[in-house]
Amino acid sequence: MSLLDIRNLRVRFATRGGTFTAVDGVDLSVDPREIVAVVGESGSGKSVAMLAVMGLLPWTATVEADVLSFDGTDLRALSKAARRRIVGRDIAMIFQEPMTSLNPCFTVGFQIREMLRAHTGLDRAARQRRAVELLAKVGIPEPERRLKSYPHQMSGGMSQRVMIAMAISCDPKLLIADEPTTALDVTIQAQILDLLKALQRDTGMGLVLITHDMGVVAEVADRVLVQYAGRPVETNTAQALFADRHHPYTEALLAALPERSTARRLPAIPGVVPGQFDRPPACVFEPRCAFAFRQCREAAPTPAAPELGRALCHIPLVGGVPTPVRAEAHRPRDGVPA
Amino acid sequence: MSALPVAPPAATVVDARDLRRTYEVRRGFFGRPASVKALSGVSFSLRAGETLAVVGESGSGKSTLSRLVTLIEPPTAGALLIEGRDVSAAGPAERRQLRRDVQIVFQNPYGSLNPRQTIAATLEEPLIVNTGMPKAERREAVRAAMARVGLRPEFAARYPHMFSGGQRQRIAIARALMLRPKILVLDEPVAALDVSIRAQVLNLLADLQDEFGLAYLFVSHDLGVVEHIADRIMVIYLGHAVEIGTREAIFGAPQHPYTRALLSATPSADPTRRKERIVLKGEPPSPIDPPSGCVFHPRCPLAFDRCRVDAPPLEAKRGRDVACWAVEA
Repeated sequence: MSLLDIRNLRVRFATRGGTFTAVDGVDLSVDPREIVAVVGESGSGKSVAMLAVMGLLPWTATVEADVLSFDGTDLRALSKAARRRIVGRDIAMIFQEPMTSLNPCFTVGFQIREMLRAHTGLDRAARQRRAVELLAKVGIPEPERRLKSYPHQMSGGMSQRVMIAMAISCDPKLLIADEPTTALDVTIQAQILDLLKALQRDTGMGLVLITHDMGVVAEVADRVLVQYAGRPVETNTAQALFADRHHPYTEALLAALPERSTARRLPAIPGVVPGQFDRPPACVFEPRCAFAFRQCREAAPTPAAPELGRALCHIPLVGGVPTPVRAEAHRPRDGVPA
Repeated sequence: MSALPVAPPAATVVDARDLRRTYEVRRGFFGRPASVKALSGVSFSLRAGETLAVVGESGSGKSTLSRLVTLIEPPTAGALLIEGRDVSAAGPAERRQLRRDVQIVFQNPYGSLNPRQTIAATLEEPLIVNTGMPKAERREAVRAAMARVGLRPEFAARYPHMFSGGQRQRIAIARALMLRPKILVLDEPVAALDVSIRAQVLNLLADLQDEFGLAYLFVSHDLGVVEHIADRIMVIYLGHAVEIGTREAIFGAPQHPYTRALLSATPSADPTRRKERIVLKGEPPSPIDPPSGCVFHPRCPLAFDRCRVDAPPLEAKRGRDVACWAVEA
């Protein structure tokens, strides 16, 4: 059984301009010992979907799902208090900005011990021992001395290690990492990714990695979910996804990476991600899609077969070419090149 | 906008010789002043139409370098020649002229545009301050610049908050081009942008360079972007240039252990290209108290006795300039 099972997750926000659907129909399952990457640009709803799992969204948000279960427990049915016992202990989360995630008024040791006091029955001395042990585990030299440091005395990489130490302090079954290395330098990013992979391997926890960086995905993920404008547009194993993309958005996203290009001009995706008031009615990617045709403007696509990455597309790509699988599928009109 | 004469292709527009910059800081209220060596002797040249990428991590001095080249700050020591004229010897009038030739685009388009100025006013301001252009001509120049960077004319009366990050960066680029500079310092211009928007802005920069023969000093930590856009690359670490060479030399056969570690640490969006990873231990030391000898030696996998004592000079080895005792000629 999956550790985390989400089916048809929808998150709506009540805003002044009306209801905004930030996440629409996301399915995600994470097994123990698995690293799943959720990839998307700003506004794709990747962070909101995971905050919904954590129950950390503001009151303006309405969360609905057909299934939202963690380790056999239905998260929708839990009281707030019961949910708080799970969040932080069995599901932990780390964020993009380690410098702003820590409280600047307390030492990091205080903050780690506070976590242990809330979620474990350890006494004072045992909490201190555990805090030292945790800092050593995340590779911080001189852990006893470092526990007395305040967040401003540490570098970004060091702060992220402290955040990871706090996240793993109660041996979580699932760790959600929201852009954990985006604010860090490349050599420090490599250290943090290696640390996360090693911890995941040693403890057998599931890891959800929210990122916009396809390089990080290729480096660490087992499975990938690609989101665009709140919709899950493609999901596959990392190996299959990098071998062949079935949704035009995923294909275009990889093609637009400077490192994959040989020409002086990059094959850019025209236009911008749609906002709250200009979501296309049918397929959300249609206005920017090189392969869009009449049907894309009229009917919302349904997910394709699993072997086609469940691509949310009327005519998924195979080898970069739209390939109709259903008998009644229309032939694409001449695409507008990017 | 193409009526202006373009400098001949081989003209050197920036010549930096042994640039140094130190800052005095106080460590605590009663602490003794210390000096931070942000940049300790960096030399390079930049030709018209060429892109030189400056690659380094936080604290490497790459932002200090861009502040020196844009004449925001004077160097503590060393010479900076822009279009053959020595900046430190230039009088006020000449400095003003030199400043027009070097413009900068900052990383964060949310912080670099005045929120209380319309786009038209933002773009017009450099012309008002620096030229005696009549109003009608200024308006026309603003219109032309907006069209050139792909902004619709009706955007002119809008304010920055009405634009996305990519559009704001286009505005910042248009502003930098208003005075027809010869050199554009691009300080992480696409780091804050999404991948699909990043490609659009990089394409725009490539087109503008071809059209106006601009020289780019492209400061970045993103090696994927650098490999795409740069002609030559300078890798800096703790204020020292450790390797300078052509893109082919640096990406094809990096020699300095820091360059090699940086390249191997960059995740590649291609699982089949997965390579051996050199993970550096520790973090860059403080520039207040830099290590003896070679500044990279505490993290270097190849360090030997000499590295701890002698600082290696930047020498021509294997088709590029590299500062390392372990690299053989």
